[in-house]
Amino acid sequence: MSVLVDDDTRVVVQGITGGEGKFHAEQMMEYGTNVVAGAVPGKGGQEAAGVPVYDTVHEAVEEENADTSVIFVPPAFAGDAIFEALDSDLDLAVAITEGIPTQDMAKVNKRLSETDTRLVGPNCPGLITPGEAKLGILPGNIFSEGKVGLVSRSGTLTYQVVDNLTNRGIGQTTAIGIGGDPIIGTDFVDALELFENDDETEAIVMCGEIGGEDEEEAAAFIDEHVDTPVAGFIAGRTAPPGKRMGHAGAIVSGSGTGTAESKINALNDAGVPVGDTPEEVADHIEEFIA
Amino acid sequence: MAMKLHEYQAKQVFADAGVPTPSSQLASDVDGVLTAAEEIGYPVAVKAQVQVGGRGKAGGIELVENDEEAREAAESIIGMDLKGYHVGQVLVEEAVDFTDELYVGITMDRGEGKPVAMVSTKGGVNIEEVAEEDPDAIAREHIDPAFGMHPFQARKAVYDAGVDKSVANDVASVLTTLYDLWESRDGSDAEINPLMVTADDEVIAADAVMNIDEDALFRQPELAEMEEEAASGGDELEQKADEYGFDYVRLEGNVGIIGNGAGLVMTTLDLVDYYGGEPANFLDVGGGAKAARIANALDMVFSDDNVDSVVFNIFGGITRGDEVAKGINEALEQFDEIPKPVVVRLAGTNWEEGMEILNEDLVTVEQTLEDAVERTVAYAEEVNE
Repeated sequence: MSVLVDDDTRVVVQGITGGEGKFHAEQMMEYGTNVVAGAVPGKGGQEAAGVPVYDTVHEAVEEENADTSVIFVPPAFAGDAIFEALDSDLDLAVAITEGIPTQDMAKVNKRLSETDTRLVGPNCPGLITPGEAKLGILPGNIFSEGKVGLVSRSGTLTYQVVDNLTNRGIGQTTAIGIGGDPIIGTDFVDALELFENDDETEAIVMCGEIGGEDEEEAAAFIDEHVDTPVAGFIAGRTAPPGKRMGHAGAIVSGSGTGTAESKINALNDAGVPVGDTPEEVADHIEEFIA
Repeated sequence: MAMKLHEYQAKQVFADAGVPTPSSQLASDVDGVLTAAEEIGYPVAVKAQVQVGGRGKAGGIELVENDEEAREAAESIIGMDLKGYHVGQVLVEEAVDFTDELYVGITMDRGEGKPVAMVSTKGGVNIEEVAEEDPDAIAREHIDPAFGMHPFQARKAVYDAGVDKSVANDVASVLTTLYDLWESRDGSDAEINPLMVTADDEVIAADAVMNIDEDALFRQPELAEMEEEAASGGDELEQKADEYGFDYVRLEGNVGIIGNGAGLVMTTLDLVDYYGGEPANFLDVGGGAKAARIANALDMVFSDDNVDSVVFNIFGGITRGDEVAKGINEALEQFDEIPKPVVVRLAGTNWEEGMEILNEDLVTVEQTLEDAVERTVAYAEEVNE
């Protein structure tokens, strides 16, 4: 078992005729992902990355039974692309695009509350079920099949922690990059719930970072609802207040909210050990599944 | 990230939308201040135009009654260093005689994923302190971004805050205008603090904050032009990073840090601290960086005099190890002697190809993140022995 994506997932790539879209559609297929179509306005009838392109996501769903979309559309048009995905009766939409205006995402967020389609992202690396399929831009070769679920706000930090796990022979059920923006679809709580309900996931890694209160909310959720052991990591302990650390969401406000300390304390209080280094996270996971 | 307008720019935007503002003029030298004060009429406030909070306390705002005081204020404020920012311009503004100071603001509540309108009768002070010490003193009204702010919501926020009935309608009207601006101009924050109430029950915006979502500047050409002006000031290296298009933050320490991806670079900073060093900077080269960009990053960190050693940590997803290695070679081969020791750790996409290309005579190579950081910290310590 796994969560959200497996080898039955039927993928439409929005923006498949662009450089990134085409390259990663091919990479996804090479990994084993079942990419069935592309959707690009005005490019219907063409072919890209070896699959048919449609003008709309609706057509891709009707003609190819796509159930999941991966979005590689430039930021100015990405909000609209997400709305199209949410209007097309899909199970899942994954928005890779970085730099979508926040007000566009606030409108998307409102729409999400009215639809059954799940959104992962934006500004995220996507998700992967090792050995089956990946949705997004994660480098497949560092992942391995196993029993650890991973959820993270950062792409490359995910790779780092996965590398620490894989090097010890610890594989993953599914790894989900939820994205570094202030407003995102699937959050920590959603991902933790999915892993908690997955029979094969025996331990969970949660990589958070400074900014916002998602990690604190996740800690409260773990305390109440998660029996699967969780190990945490929080990036940004040394970040000074008021300086944005790359991600739009990664900032400690002047009044002191969003600090690493507050997140680490909340997780510790919920019984979640937080590693000082990625190696220490792997240590905790090794203990959990030994 | 947010692009911050100067006070004078934000006031112009607000005034154009119909928000009452005091009469004011921009000046960049003593004569300019005197001329402006003459035209406006004393008393006037002389206000440093830099985008940092707490200007008043830091000596960046003076209330003056006559030419002599105006000259003194102009001489002390223009050219001063205010919390690291050079003051090039001041706003000379009509001093408002007020009976009350209110706060009105619109921002994005990221937890809720919705905009929120805020009103308080405790204006004129740091609103973040009010939020912390007396949260009930701020009335909040969440707004559905699909509909915008309903008029009743503006009224409700104003009544909930306990604003005096004599000005409630006017404050609600300012709040409505503020939301419309925030929405139509892609604001991340729009704020008036204080919104002054005069003895004749008029409201007037004595300060103005307008921060714009940088990701939306493509559809705000008029504000993008203002950014040119607003960008002046700030740390020299941070300006250079802006030109290169890096996410860069300068810090106090001596260990230079370059990496890809915000979370991993933050983690590298944290590890430097964990192993007893002090980070000199945050530098994220972003995804898919090519050789030239890598060389620029190294150039940036080398040009920081505080830096004693550099750790280069790349975990390639869309960034390729061979491009990184090429960039490092390019940057280092121009030196007869490497100015500061560089430790490199490459992992992920094409790391083996990268290791073949990398000139290992010029750098120290480590296999893991932990080892690379530990080694870099040790190098920095050696320099200071």
